[in-house]
Formats: sequence, C-alpha cells, structure tokens
Amino acid sequence: MSDTRAPLETLPRSLNILLALALLTLAAFPFVGTDYYLQVVTRMMILAIFAMSLDLLQGVTGLVSLGHAAYFGVAGYALAFFTPAGEPISLWWSLPAAVGVSALLALIIGFLVVRTHGIYFIMVTMAFSQMVFYAFFDNKALGGSDGVYINFKPEAMLFDLENKTTFYFFTLAMMLVVYLFLRRLLWSPFGRALSGIRVNEHRMRALGFGTFGHKLAAFTLAGALAGLAGYLWGAQSGYVNPELLGFHMSAHVIMMVILGGMGNFAGAIVGAFSFEYLLHLFKDLPEIAGFHLGKHWQLWMGLFIVALVILAPRGILGLFATLLKSKETGHE
Amino acid sequence: MDFINFLIQLLNSVQYGLLLFMLAAGLTLIFGIMGVVNLAHGSFYMLGAYLAWSLAALTQSFTMAILIGTVLSVLFGLFLEWLLFRHFYKRDHLDQVLLTFGLIYVFEEMRSILWGDDVHGVTIPDALSASIPLTDTLSYPVYRLFMSGVCLLLALGLYLLISKTRLGMKIRAGAFNHEMTEALGVNIKLIHALVFALGVGLATIAGMVAAPVSSVYPNMGSQVLIMCFVVVVIGGIGSVKGALIAALLVGLVDTFGKVLLPQVAGMLVYVLMALVLLYKPEGLFKN
Repeated sequence: MSDTRAPLETLPRSLNILLALALLTLAAFPFVGTDYYLQVVTRMMILAIFAMSLDLLQGVTGLVSLGHAAYFGVAGYALAFFTPAGEPISLWWSLPAAVGVSALLALIIGFLVVRTHGIYFIMVTMAFSQMVFYAFFDNKALGGSDGVYINFKPEAMLFDLENKTTFYFFTLAMMLVVYLFLRRLLWSPFGRALSGIRVNEHRMRALGFGTFGHKLAAFTLAGALAGLAGYLWGAQSGYVNPELLGFHMSAHVIMMVILGGMGNFAGAIVGAFSFEYLLHLFKDLPEIAGFHLGKHWQLWMGLFIVALVILAPRGILGLFATLLKSKETGHE
Repeated sequence: MDFINFLIQLLNSVQYGLLLFMLAAGLTLIFGIMGVVNLAHGSFYMLGAYLAWSLAALTQSFTMAILIGTVLSVLFGLFLEWLLFRHFYKRDHLDQVLLTFGLIYVFEEMRSILWGDDVHGVTIPDALSASIPLTDTLSYPVYRLFMSGVCLLLALGLYLLISKTRLGMKIRAGAFNHEMTEALGVNIKLIHALVFALGVGLATIAGMVAAPVSSVYPNMGSQVLIMCFVVVVIGGIGSVKGALIAALLVGLVDTFGKVLLPQVAGMLVYVLMALVLLYKPEGLFKN
C-alpha cells in the first residue's frame, strides 16, 4: 500500500495553542450556552472520544476498520441491560463493565481479523460488525429493530449526571483523559511499535516484534475506548438502537478521523466536531423554490466527502499545518 | 422437511447464490484487477432495479427495459470510471472507502430526487408468469428459474470472456502484472475502464432481473453489498471461480438457515465467513 499520506504525529506549536484555546472555550461554554446547545456539544465530545479510539487503529497502526461502531454500540446496549427498570445503576461498576464488554468483543473479533491485511481487513471488520448488528436487530430479546430505552442516567454519588451541565463536564473530562492517555501512548514503546507496523509490518517482524499481539492489543484497546464513548452516548440519549452498531455509524467515524487529520488524536476531536457541525448544517438547509435542500442532506454530505477525498486528504489539521508552513512538521 | 420442500429451498438457494455471484463477480474483478474497494457496488444493484421499474413502465416491455437498462448502465459505468475511479486506483484503500461511501450517499439521494422514496413492484412478463406445479399445493414460479438461467448464462459468458478470448487474456495479464502488460503495448487504461463497466453492468443486470421478485425500494443496495463482501472474502479476492462457489455456499447457508434456524439466520453467513478466515485467511481460492 502506498503511503501517500504520512500522518501528522507532531503538531506545530501554533496549532497546539489554538487547540488549548479551543479547550478553554469548551470549558467556558456551559456558562453561556443554552441547554440545547449544551447537549449538542456533549454529543460532539462523545463522538470525539469515539473518533480518537478509531484513530489509534486507522491513523497510528494503519488498520482501516469499517466496523468500529460495533464496539461503540455494544457498550450502550450493555448500559441498557445493566440498568434495572425502576432505579439508576452505579456509574462506578457499570462503566468499567460496559467498557469490558466492548473490549471482550473487540478481543474476540480482533483475534480473527488482525491476521488479515489491506482490503480483507476492511471487508472483514465490516462483515463482523454487521453480524453484531443482526444479532441485535433480529432478536426481540435484545431489543430488536426498535432498540431499548435507558430510563435513568447512571448514579455517580459524588455528582449528579442528571444535571446537563455536570454531564457536560464529565464528558469533557473523559475526553481530555482519553486524549492525554492516547498522546502518552503514542510516544510510548508500544505506540512506536504500532507506528512501525503502519509504516512497514514486515520489517517490524524482522526486528523481532510480535506484530499479531501488538495489533490485537491495539484493536482491543480501541474497542474498549469506543465502548466508553458508546456508554456515554447511551447515558446521554437514554436510548440505544441497532443503528448505533451499523455500517453508517462506522463509516461516519472514519470520516471524522479523516476530516480532522489522522494519527495525532487532536485531529479526531476536530474532525468529530466539524462532522457533527456539518451534519446539522446540511440538515437545516432551507427550502428553495419548492425543493427542500435540508431533506436531501445526504447528497450534500456525499458530495462533501467526495470533494474532501479529492482536495484535502490530510484533513483540516493537515490543511492548517500546510498553511502555517511550520518547520516543526515533517518529523518523520 | 420433505423432499418437495427441500427441492424448493434448494432451487431458491441456488437462485439467490447466482444472483449474489453476479454482484460479487464484478466486485471481485474490480478488486483483483484495479485494487479498488467499491462500497458503492450495491448502489448499481439498486440502480438496476429502479431502471427496470421505470423503463418497464415507459416502454411497456420488460425485455426492452432490460436491454436499454444494460446499455445505460454500461455507459454510466464508463462515465464514472472516467470521472472518478480512474484517479483512485493507486490511492490508499482508505481514500477509496471514503470516496465510495460518499458516492453511496450521492446515489441514494439522486434516487430519492429522481424516483421518490416509495416501494414499487415490477410485474413479471406474461411469458414467464406461470408456475410449475410440484404437488397439489406447492408450485415453483417459472420466473425464478428464468433468473437462475440468466445468471448462469452470464456466468458462462464471463468465464468464456476471461479464459478464452484475447481481451480476457489482456485482463488476466493486467491483473498479474500491471506495468509489464502496459509495456507490452496493451492499453491498460481501456482494459480498466471495460472491466469497471463490466462490473457495473453485471450488478445492474442483477438488479433488473431481481426487481420483479424483490420489489424496488430505497437502500436495497446496502444489504446486498455486505453479502457480496462476505462472498468475496470467502471466495478469495480476484477469483471469479471462488466468487461463484462462495456465492452458492452463502446462498445455501442463508436460505436453509432461515428455514431451519430462524433465530440465528442473520448471523449464520458471518459464522461461515469466520470459519473460513480461521483456516484460510485469504479465502478459499486465493488468486
């Protein structure tokens, strides 16, 4: 596979400053935003966690998974089934348990899929996530095509997640923790080995790295983090349905990672925010001469994606970095 | 299950398998020769069904609809290849995934704008609308046999084209070694365009032929696309023979799964794929 797009691992300082400013804006947002926008931004942050988890596979290890939504959705379902009918569930054990369910699923599927390469990997991850989709879609016991309601937000004792502002800050903290963890991981020996696998897996094996184990570990970790995002999604929306596991969700998260710029996790966050923003923008397009532009949002999204692939394959951060022409880029 | 029921299910599974083969053959050829992941391949199937529906209404003849539809779809394939796909053969798989996913959205909305979001039926032509009685209560529709026949004929044609003609030789050479074939004076760009159009044509014909049985509805391409992926993975990328055997296998497992184990039928095919992957990570017939 030709490496036409070397991911941007180190960010120029100017870009880091911009990102820090954006973080401050996010922290200040609840004091000015209305409830509706608070929820919209919370959702964006949840998707940012989801996108970062995929970036570990896609941008760092070079594994294009077209079935990442399976691990996202399963954790949401786990929360739905953990929560009893009449009372909330404790956050402190249900969150690790739901993440564990996703990690276990990723471990099992990963065991089968990481032995494949290239096109096979793409198709096989997609097919397995579709299997999970049908397991939920076809079985009434698992909610069927209608999905399952989650009547109570998890109970945290120390703080109240029913409060929208508290939930916002909880999600923001989670996003920050995941970002810092993955940044640290990227520069750890394990992260370096994953990058090595992306650049040349054969050479890594020749150097004595067990690439199967490394890839499986990355796949499982990515699944677990996707599960964290799925858990938060379920808790926030109070409802899970098979769409969360589906093909479109998987494709959307790939797009978020590409849109922001792969391989540095900050891009995944930027991508998730931008993608959600665009989705809202396209859906809210006005009606012109009897033709409802917003109803056909998929057309604009589709054209946008095609244009993105042709014009800006390194995403928004890549564009920024090129525009800033910083000497700090091009580390590799 | 008695013998007659078994026979009916067997015929159904073969018919479904052959239909899948029509789609998977194009997909696997495009993978194998140009190295392109085409998620939008299912959209061509949908396009075929909608073409059959609107052309049949327009021309009042199912045969005419299929003939015109085939010509239109091949032209459409050539156009798409020229406009977009040709520039993506050497790009990363990730770019191809994105491009073709974007195209799914574009095609779906174009369908919605042109043809609306309703479900439509296509009537079976009179000559084929009969049923063959098997017992007093059970019979088998002639049209389903016709479908299998069309698919078999096209499969045979594809086999002859690839293994017995000069063009087929060039296609195989191009798949084997791209640069060398070009250096020998073969117009590889033209070969690529033809293979792509062939794939689009096969998928569209599958959609047109299937339209009277499956009816015509939005998003009909997505599910069939994923089944085709499974077929291609089981058969081995680039192998048309593998695609045929895998398609028949998937047809059998899916049809009999739905009858015998309805609870897990949706998953059975994927379990089959998992088993194949465990023992043969590159498919049954690696090219």
